[in-house]
Amino acid sequence: MELFLHQVLAGLATGGIYACMALAVVMIYQAIDHLNFAQGEMAMFSTFIAWQLIQWGLPYWLAFGATIAISFVAGVAIERVVLKPLHNAPVLSHVVAFIALLAILNSAAGFIWDYTIKSFPTPFGNGPLFEQGLMSKHDGGMIAVTLLMLAFLYLFFRHTRIGLAMRAAAANPESARLAGIRVGWMTALGWGMAAAIGSVAGMLIAPVVFLEPNMMLSILLYGFAGAVVGGLTSPGGAVLGGFLVGIVENLAGTYIPVVGREMKLTIALFIIVAVLCVKPSGLFGRPIVTRV
Amino acid sequence: MSKLLEARALCAFYGATQVLFGFDLSIEEGGITTLLGANGAGKTTTLRALCGMVRTTGDIRFDGKAIRGRATEDIVRLGIAHVPQGRGTFSRQTVEENLEIGAMTRSGRAAIDADIERVYGYFPRLMERRRQQAGTLSGGEQQMLAVGRAMMLRPRLMLLDEPSFGLAPLIVEELFGILRTLNQTEKVSMLVVEQNAALALDLAEEAYLIETGELVTSGPARQLRDDENIRRAYLGY
Repeated sequence: MELFLHQVLAGLATGGIYACMALAVVMIYQAIDHLNFAQGEMAMFSTFIAWQLIQWGLPYWLAFGATIAISFVAGVAIERVVLKPLHNAPVLSHVVAFIALLAILNSAAGFIWDYTIKSFPTPFGNGPLFEQGLMSKHDGGMIAVTLLMLAFLYLFFRHTRIGLAMRAAAANPESARLAGIRVGWMTALGWGMAAAIGSVAGMLIAPVVFLEPNMMLSILLYGFAGAVVGGLTSPGGAVLGGFLVGIVENLAGTYIPVVGREMKLTIALFIIVAVLCVKPSGLFGRPIVTRV
Repeated sequence: MSKLLEARALCAFYGATQVLFGFDLSIEEGGITTLLGANGAGKTTTLRALCGMVRTTGDIRFDGKAIRGRATEDIVRLGIAHVPQGRGTFSRQTVEENLEIGAMTRSGRAAIDADIERVYGYFPRLMERRRQQAGTLSGGEQQMLAVGRAMMLRPRLMLLDEPSFGLAPLIVEELFGILRTLNQTEKVSMLVVEQNAALALDLAEEAYLIETGELVTSGPARQLRDDENIRRAYLGY
């Protein structure tokens, strides 16, 4: 029983990472109705910018804030420059653009900062959060920040007019235009917010997995898994999904003998497929009711 | 009466295909104008052309300002509310959120809340369903929601694309009664596209009849209604 509890707690800690990423995934899905495969690399690139700012002597929290601002602007710029010209193109063109972005950001990071693994500081400290040492202070801080971002997003989308305008623009662009909403800018804003949230995720994840250009490859997959489990339409569900994926991964690693460290990534894929087969809208996603 | 909207030599294109072939159209301030024609005559395209939703040539003036070639959002912000075919419902949002979306270009919380109540005054059924997902409303309720959403813009001109489409006769009667009230009490000018010519000619003061993108005739609605030949040949009743 104690082993079980230990594993659940440890799962919560890694789940925090996935929840963070899942939140960024859902955010952009809400804005553009697609999964952005370059999301992880955008977060990685932002984290490198933060690392560079800290290397230049900025205090952590100043670098943290500056990175969020830079990422937001960069996200808006990517949408305006790369995706706006594609806005009438079929989904496949978007997917190709996402993959191109992924490759470009990955190589650019490798070119500028090289592929050696770098350590990234944590603002929360490395000591254990509880006496038993299952969860570090950093894990606790990461979970707290994720929940904070979730609360912020909830308030933003449910209770501000610009949040409603963004939802309207994503749901029915033509009708939104007829209500006078500047749909193009709403999409750009969504990209900016997703990039900003991704940068927070990257900066919180980097102390755990270490900073290098490929740090996000597997984590994005877990983020997708978390988002799919929770439901792509529900930010809260995505965070919960992220935690669930973390816990399931840990428990499976402990109790199912064939699942060693090497097989862990398979679990993320397995979860994605299983959820899509059984409950495509996710555990907490709102099934869309339409009259037929 | 002055002209609120004037279009000259209006042409419209879908890709390389020309759909409207240069006709003139004007809408009186405070009046109701109807645009009639058979399926495929270019009625919907005319409305879309006025809102900058298709490629257009010619000259379009709203309140004296040239608006052709401007972005749809900017044209809407001048006070032109377009109730599109298919009603343009935000089906995942609630009824009340749909109305909020309609007021997105405005500021002033109190005035917007007052207007939401005003819409509920015209359409009590929407009030009953204010927290319901708009996609679950009946066709008639969605049409009312679309008109309500257009009202939230506080428009000077409302473009209505086949408001009677697919609705039961009783609902149509109720809806057209409300349109008439809106025109008279809120001073909203209207351009109504209709296949139901009898209904539209009763509502409107001015009428345009088009066929395959060209003007057949225009004039006072009463005159078109009383013209036996036109009625037989084009309006089918």
